[in-house]
Amino acid sequence: MSWLTRVRNALPFSNKRETPDNLWVKCPRCHDMLFSKEYEANLYVCPRCEYHGRIGADARLGQLLDEGFELLPAPQVREDPLKFRDTKRYSDRLKAARAANPHNDAFTAAFGRIEGLPAVVGVQDFGFMAGSMGMAVGDAFCAAAAKALQERCAYVVVTAAGGARMQEGILSLMQMPKATVMTRRLKEAGLPYIVVLSDPTTGGVTASYAMLGDVHIAEPGALIGFAGQRVIQDTIRAQLPEGFQRAEYLHKHGMVDMVVNRHQLRATLANLIDYLAPAEAAA
Amino acid sequence: MISYLDFEKPVAELEARIAELRAASEGGDVDLSSELAKLERKSADLLTTTYAALTPWQKTQVARHPSRPHFRDYVAMAFEEFVPLGGDRYFGDDQAIMGGLARLNGRKVMLIGHEKGNDTESRLRHNFGMGKPEGYRKAIRLMEMAGRFGLPVVTLVDTSGAFPGVEAEERGQAEAIARSTEACLALRVPMVSAIVGEGGSGGAVALASAERVLMFEHAVYSVISPEGCASILWRTAEKAPQAAEAMKMTAQDLVQLGVIDRIVPEPTGGAHRDPQAAAVALGGAISEELDALSQKTPQELLRLREERFLTMGAEG
Ligand SMILES: [Zn+2]
Repeated sequence: MSWLTRVRNALPFSNKRETPDNLWVKCPRCHDMLFSKEYEANLYVCPRCEYHGRIGADARLGQLLDEGFELLPAPQVREDPLKFRDTKRYSDRLKAARAANPHNDAFTAAFGRIEGLPAVVGVQDFGFMAGSMGMAVGDAFCAAAAKALQERCAYVVVTAAGGARMQEGILSLMQMPKATVMTRRLKEAGLPYIVVLSDPTTGGVTASYAMLGDVHIAEPGALIGFAGQRVIQDTIRAQLPEGFQRAEYLHKHGMVDMVVNRHQLRATLANLIDYLAPAEAAA
Repeated sequence: MISYLDFEKPVAELEARIAELRAASEGGDVDLSSELAKLERKSADLLTTTYAALTPWQKTQVARHPSRPHFRDYVAMAFEEFVPLGGDRYFGDDQAIMGGLARLNGRKVMLIGHEKGNDTESRLRHNFGMGKPEGYRKAIRLMEMAGRFGLPVVTLVDTSGAFPGVEAEERGQAEAIARSTEACLALRVPMVSAIVGEGGSGGAVALASAERVLMFEHAVYSVISPEGCASILWRTAEKAPQAAEAMKMTAQDLVQLGVIDRIVPEPTGGAHRDPQAAAVALGGAISEELDALSQKTPQELLRLREERFLTMGAEG
């Protein structure tokens, strides 16, 4: 099976349906009309302007990992610990998000190989409640790190988050130190931890595990930052610089090592892991 | 001169009446002492009952009270000595996050905390307690130093959040916060944090990833400000009181969630009514926690801190 077929098969069901509504998509940047199938097959990258669209967890895992990877079980966490309700109940928001997504929450991880090299890959899916970090995300991040420790292999995390899961209040904030406990353990075990920052990565996720990698890779054009642009603008009352908080801007300011096109991501990761991961123990 | 919060209006009226009577009794020949005593009792009772039943939103106002004591006040009133240390050795010396060597009830510690300032000039100098990357990097430097020299780390947390600015982002605000959290978690010396005013989001947790976290009775600690939460989830900042309620951000809620370990009582009417008493209570509570932690080995401290965060919020 070619990688194209693999990616196509990994796409969530809803993306496969062909209704006249989604036969074509409009590129948000160059406004060209793209044939949906072609856009999907091109890993949600616009073939004309290289715009990198958002991509679901399954499609991402399918692209990065060799065939035959093993999905890690979703951890069991307390649901709606604060019994939170804004204009809607959090429990209803969760239900709606689960109905629209193949996974239980915004972080999905798998153990497998990248071009033959063992790795755990964790993917944060912006499509699930804006990728926001709550206890399920924190637990899944930590469980995947524990798997990498157990397998003595690299840990790759693709981040995407609008920020914290506000409906879990302080418990979402506590995921920052919690995830950091595990990145420290990887460091002490001498295992590479590689972060791929995808669009958008903001707030508490950026201010914890997204900025603690041995290597930071950003996808072209990805929005990456701590504070929201609106908040910054309201504070400083001035225009934001051109390209502010975009991947290329962070690269220029030394916060990421490289900006890598999605088509080269898999090969780039494999090469980095080859340099950094401990040699596989003879079985 | 006390500046009253909205919900303190009945107290303010009583206290104004008391002041009037007192002025009258000083000048005149009528004996108003029994009337005064009655009013004073009434006013004290009202203050006690008001503060015993503060809503989360009212507590937020108290935690942000312009006269609430801040880092420098606690340093002066609870610590015998403070030797400020400055700078991150890369860029500058952020005045929003202060730190240095300090003595607390005879114990040598590394003290770090946010300072908001207490008048226009000092608020600007301390950037309203909103730390920049160089502030968090200074904290990292001081924590690492404390670890090397076996000094326990004490942090006083009081920030609405890390500074949202263009230059702060360019210099890696997110990375600095992440590394500061990491530095807390790497310590092999005791660490005690106290949320003394506002514990605002990542800018707070970067200094509060400790094995023991205390909180003042009327302090607040949350992932986002009630106004921020309300404007995102309710689409209007006017719903901040509801957001404050829903987020469970008071010391009383957080001790139940296991996010903090101990509530430090405040003087009646809040820390700003009697900063000295608040400072004594704070210093005493921190000392007790440090006493308990001093029996533990470096490895035990590290594991204790790690387990605290790994199991936080879990079923049970
Ligand atoms: Zn395009």
